[in-house]
Amino acid sequence: MRILAVCGSGLGTSFMVEMNINQVLTELGVTDVEVSHSDLSSATPDSADVFFLAKDIAEGGESLGEVIVLDSIIDMDELRAKVTAVVRDKGLI
Amino acid sequence: MSDFLKVLVDIMSQPAILVALIALIGLIAQRKKLSDTLKGTTKTFVGFLVISAGAGILSAALAPFGEMFKAAFHVTGVVPNNEAIVAIALTDYGTNTALIMFFGMMVNILIARFTKFKYIFLTGHHTLYMACMLAVIMTVAGFTSVPLIMAGAVALGIIMSLSPAIVQPFMRILTGNDNVALGHFSAVGYAVSGLVGKAVAGKNPKSTEKINFPKGLGFLRDSTVSIALTMMVIYVVVALFAGPSYVEANLSSGTNYIVFAMIQAGTFAAGVFIILSGVRLVLAEIVPAFKGISERLVPNAKPALDVPIIYPYAPNAVLIGFFSSFVGGIFSMVIMTFTGGVIILPGVVPHFFTGAAAGVFGNATGGVRGAVLGAFVNGILISFLPVFLMPVLGNLGFANSTFSDTDFGVSGIFFGVLANHGGTIAIVVSLIVILAVMFGLSVKRKKNKALEEEV
Repeated sequence: MRILAVCGSGLGTSFMVEMNINQVLTELGVTDVEVSHSDLSSATPDSADVFFLAKDIAEGGESLGEVIVLDSIIDMDELRAKVTAVVRDKGLI
Repeated sequence: MSDFLKVLVDIMSQPAILVALIALIGLIAQRKKLSDTLKGTTKTFVGFLVISAGAGILSAALAPFGEMFKAAFHVTGVVPNNEAIVAIALTDYGTNTALIMFFGMMVNILIARFTKFKYIFLTGHHTLYMACMLAVIMTVAGFTSVPLIMAGAVALGIIMSLSPAIVQPFMRILTGNDNVALGHFSAVGYAVSGLVGKAVAGKNPKSTEKINFPKGLGFLRDSTVSIALTMMVIYVVVALFAGPSYVEANLSSGTNYIVFAMIQAGTFAAGVFIILSGVRLVLAEIVPAFKGISERLVPNAKPALDVPIIYPYAPNAVLIGFFSSFVGGIFSMVIMTFTGGVIILPGVVPHFFTGAAAGVFGNATGGVRGAVLGAFVNGILISFLPVFLMPVLGNLGFANSTFSDTDFGVSGIFFGVLANHGGTIAIVVSLIVILAVMFGLSVKRKKNKALEEEV
């Protein structure tokens, strides 16, 4: 499975979300997930299975497919809950 | 033997190989699998070359713009854009930039470990841009070889630690805690905006979030779109003033001048797009390694993160801040036309990202009035600081682009002016004094803590 974290410029925020998602996956012991980050312009529906976006650019990413919107980008608990839900949904744990 | 040395020097003077080596060290330090190590090192190597390629494309689009602007208004017009200026500078200063970045990150970790400034600056692209600017400034100041890297790295480490510290009081007001810091080299503008907000708050300031605001400017978040659209407007306006005869005779080899302007503007955006892809590749391995090492070495480190983390706190203030900052930029541009000298054109990207944040902080301290006025002042700052920064950048000061955010201006002007008055010695002394003060503040606090514990 592929997860893509997206932000406006694809530099800082999405990169941090990517690192945090990786941390959560490690905690959960899930291995075969590829996480990367990009800017909104480069993200296409086929570039990943699940997309993580911050609330402020959610409207720009509606067309991507399976989008998970983060209310707070820095809240690890929220991210943990949402990533766990995704991997459970995909039957990885 | 001398042949071998020459090969070694050739390797070390190729910045692409150098950043790949830095990534390799980081990957080995994290004990990654061989395949991951190979993948990461190669990506970093290619990433740096992608930045150089983007620089070529972007320079080619900027050059005719400068010509048109001169022909139209008889002064120099400058579009501040970090990606543009960094990519151009890396062709000459790449090696020093890579080394300053690497050792500057170490200095940042050391400062966090041994002083009360616990901020680990994780916004990698800004670290890279600041390393690049310091490489230029220290070279212009007269440093060479090892002292150049040392001075640049210490300066970078100090800036990485102080920039989040300046905004932290306002981050505390905004987020209600002290766990996360802001890592974005526009801290001076944000702090000023917060102070302006405080000054104009009055009684019961009304928050921007109580206003019902139309959405629909979200597309400006997409930097490719916003750069392309604004550059088209700017290029076409300048082309109209320069006139068809001049453009078609001297620049576009006969192509219609409006069409030419549109294509050049689009090419500028394409250049930025490519540069950003390269920056992403370069940072992909270096930032996680830096984060991992800092987590191991610095207990209770505070991560300093990129600016969009604060936008969700006040989405309306983001839009109000962008507009106010942009108006501040246009206001400054008008002033510059009267005072003569270079004209700084307001770029949408710097005004959007920094204006938005200035609006959020201004709103946190002073409601709607704070957001409007704080961001307006930020817009003036990011217009006038580049004017004073350009003279200290040596030959780079003659490019048609420059660094946009406040901290680049403030630190660049600080070191540049020191160098002009006291050469390299003045810079070395200033770095030692700043470090001593940072340590001094931390020791004093420890003593106070000890006293409190005794009582």
